Amino acid sequence: MRTKRTKAFVVIAAVAAMGLSACGGGGGSSNSNNGSGGDQFNAALESVHNASDKKGGILKLGQAGDWADSVDPGNTYYGYSWDFLRTYARTLVMFRSAPGKKGNELVPDLATDLGKSSDGGKTWTYTLRDGVKFEDGTPITSKDVKYAVERSFDKGVLALGPAYFDAMLNWPAGYKGPYKQPDANTDSAISTPDDKTIVFHLKQPFAGFDYVAQLPQTAPVPQDKDTGAKYKEHVVSSGPYMWKTYSPGKKYELERNPNWDPKTDPNRKALPDGYEITLNMNPDDVDNQVIAGDIDADIQGTGVQPAALSRVLSDPSLKSRADNPTLSRLWYTNMIPTVKPFDNIDCRKAVEYGMDRSSYQNAYGGPFAGGDLATTLLPPTIPGHQKFDLFPAGEKGDVDAAKKALAACGQPNGFDATIAYRAERPKEKATAEAFQQALKRIGINLQTKPLPEATYSSDTCGDPNYRTQRKIGMCVYGWGADWNDGFGFLSQLVDSRTMRPGAANMNVDIPEVDQMLDKAMVEQDTATRNSDWGAIDKRVMEDALIYPGVYAKAVLVRPKNATNVFVNDAFGMYDYLAMGVQQ
Amino acid sequence: MVAYLIRRLLATIGLLFVVSVITFSIFFLVPKWAGATPDSMATRYVGRTATADVVHQTAVRLGFTDPFYVQYADWAKGLVAGRDFDMGTSIEHCPAPCLGYSFITAQPVLPDLLDRFTVTFSLAIGAAVIWVTAGISIGVLSALKRGSLVDRFSMVIALAGVSMPIFWTGLIALSFFSYRWGITAVGGAYTPFTQNPALWAWDLMLPWVTLALLFSAQYARLTRAGMLETMNEDYIRTARAKGLRERTVVTKHGLRGALTPLLTIFGLDFGLLIGGAVLTESAFGLNGLGKYAVDGIRANDLPKILGVTLFAALFVVIANLIVDLLYAVVDPRVRTK
Repeated sequence: MRTKRTKAFVVIAAVAAMGLSACGGGGGSSNSNNGSGGDQFNAALESVHNASDKKGGILKLGQAGDWADSVDPGNTYYGYSWDFLRTYARTLVMFRSAPGKKGNELVPDLATDLGKSSDGGKTWTYTLRDGVKFEDGTPITSKDVKYAVERSFDKGVLALGPAYFDAMLNWPAGYKGPYKQPDANTDSAISTPDDKTIVFHLKQPFAGFDYVAQLPQTAPVPQDKDTGAKYKEHVVSSGPYMWKTYSPGKKYELERNPNWDPKTDPNRKALPDGYEITLNMNPDDVDNQVIAGDIDADIQGTGVQPAALSRVLSDPSLKSRADNPTLSRLWYTNMIPTVKPFDNIDCRKAVEYGMDRSSYQNAYGGPFAGGDLATTLLPPTIPGHQKFDLFPAGEKGDVDAAKKALAACGQPNGFDATIAYRAERPKEKATAEAFQQALKRIGINLQTKPLPEATYSSDTCGDPNYRTQRKIGMCVYGWGADWNDGFGFLSQLVDSRTMRPGAANMNVDIPEVDQMLDKAMVEQDTATRNSDWGAIDKRVMEDALIYPGVYAKAVLVRPKNATNVFVNDAFGMYDYLAMGVQQ
Repeated sequence: MVAYLIRRLLATIGLLFVVSVITFSIFFLVPKWAGATPDSMATRYVGRTATADVVHQTAVRLGFTDPFYVQYADWAKGLVAGRDFDMGTSIEHCPAPCLGYSFITAQPVLPDLLDRFTVTFSLAIGAAVIWVTAGISIGVLSALKRGSLVDRFSMVIALAGVSMPIFWTGLIALSFFSYRWGITAVGGAYTPFTQNPALWAWDLMLPWVTLALLFSAQYARLTRAGMLETMNEDYIRTARAKGLRERTVVTKHGLRGALTPLLTIFGLDFGLLIGGAVLTESAFGLNGLGKYAVDGIRANDLPKILGVTLFAALFVVIANLIVDLLYAVVDPRVRTK
């Protein structure tokens, strides 16, 4: 019965898409922006749309479904959550609140400057600004930041956040976090010589530590107000807004924090008087309300639903209100070198040449909703991205080159194999079928295998034993950067030391790549480091272990009544911190 | 009667036990048979860059490393005696009946369920009133005017109502009444009854009517069939021979006899709806139990899934118990037996 219900839910979504696209043509298309500047497609990608410094009003956001994980900065791992939490939490460092590539620049937030490294990149020191306070007026000290990072270490209580601090800092042996060991001395990992200074001590040098310092886990938490897993019910604000209503599954409301001093914060304009987020809306309804101007944005920022997509792309006036950012995400397919005949690089190359690239793009919804054809791992939004194509095959694939590779592989007539995909994702199903059709041209007969999403990376495609037993040679998948930097994208994807069931890296086990990663991590010069990421990308692609499908894109609809609208590249969605309400 | 109620109560407890064991087994045993380990199961509930150590901690915290029967016993103990949960800075007691905390959001399940229950109950009760009233009226009318234009027209409408899937009628209704004409609230609108009864009814009118369309069609057909059979019974002829008014014959003798099978099916339908009208809730964006179950299934969040399953089973049983008791009220022959 449960399976039927899930299937029925999927059917509803599909029919909703069709039904509403057919019936909803009337509303919203007659919009014209009432702020400065005319509307045009992609107007908010490289510049601020409808710029204004006027304050007031409530910015209304909507979300299909409940909050994905938590509003506790120490326990969240979703891009939209990281984007939004900057309204009530300040971190040591942050991505600049600016459109285009400027959004990828790191700027100091609570700290006076970016981190100062010593000891070859093993020690990083930050100094806090004067006058920064919590919502109750208590001054924020370096100890509050230290405590925030420490508490995030206890994944028994706060399991959902990133684990970079856990892995990088020189924690005392057997450390379990401040909940279980409140008196443990953690100065070997984080020291606070005074109330203004915080020093991070790493196990190994890492030149890009500022990227780690921008993680929400450095948002200060007053120890006496911490309620552990329940802290999300009242996060103590350090930013311009504080929590007014926390009603899980229903509504979140933020109001101005009277103890936030704009003089201490050059990054935030704090234009609206507050924020209101309605949760658990119908996905199509979120789009309809954004188009109609009833709410200002879909906070998840992953793009409109299929029903609205067809309207937006076909209606010129609606399209002029849309933005189509490239995300720091790659939709790709793994080839598993432990499953024959993918243990032979030439067989893998046959797939690289033989696939019809445009069909991959179509499977994801075409160039607007799906993305651009990819030939590398690093998306173009990530510094260090180098444009190269090791398997030039045009848009439709190169059948001759593929057949030559098959011959070199000892399988001149092709072979039989299995390609798996996440059953709940129609786009991945379409991708598997696109592979099936394209590779049939060169004699590779693929059997498609849907697998449950919840266990895909842990128990099936991500589990070497399962793959080998079931002879699954290809796994359709996707990966997004934790932050827009080579390390933020590649470290979890190609470092063989991260391989385990549940991890992103399912198949890249190249010792040389591990060494290249280690070298890039300690490279102090940013330009050289970025060049290193590009070299790693190329080295992995040489082994043809991954078929890069598309650099993901999303179609977003700009708010009707909001000012200061732009896409922040760091998040690939609208910058909720900068937006104001049209007065 | 008391003995009967006690027997039914014990049977209910037994049923809930079986349902919970089956749900638990599907969640824990089936993946294990497919080769999953406690750690691999725990990867679903940690951040994506979690280290092996973190994953193992989570497996221990969620009890995955314990034998199946220990996990079940812990959960069942919560149901009857409550459980303690480590919140980091404090130990929180979850009083009985404790359905646990979401593996992902760490929200207690029972308050969420009760909150969602009001939405689902509101949906079910309003729709039930409409479909019972409309379905029975149409059915009686058709039976009495058998072969007439009214009968044929009613049965065609009924057939259409049964044939049209709720997600289709729901979306069509939404697109016209909400998005195009702006008569009813857009999807997802729900005002609690205690806050504003009029707005409560107005917000739910479209889901009620849509849901009732499906059920009233079934009930109309069932009523018609039952009435046709009952109206040919000897006691109806006797009633007429006694000189009773036709209205009395129809309502007091005819309809009453036809109600028993309707009551049976109503018990099942209403109980199932209370467990979550998944399709209607999804189509109209109502955050009821059905949507809660779907969210739980998609996220593999066992406490949520178990909570809804038990809730649904409980209400099916309760609804059927009430129906069984009502048999005696509706049909004097049951009382005699």
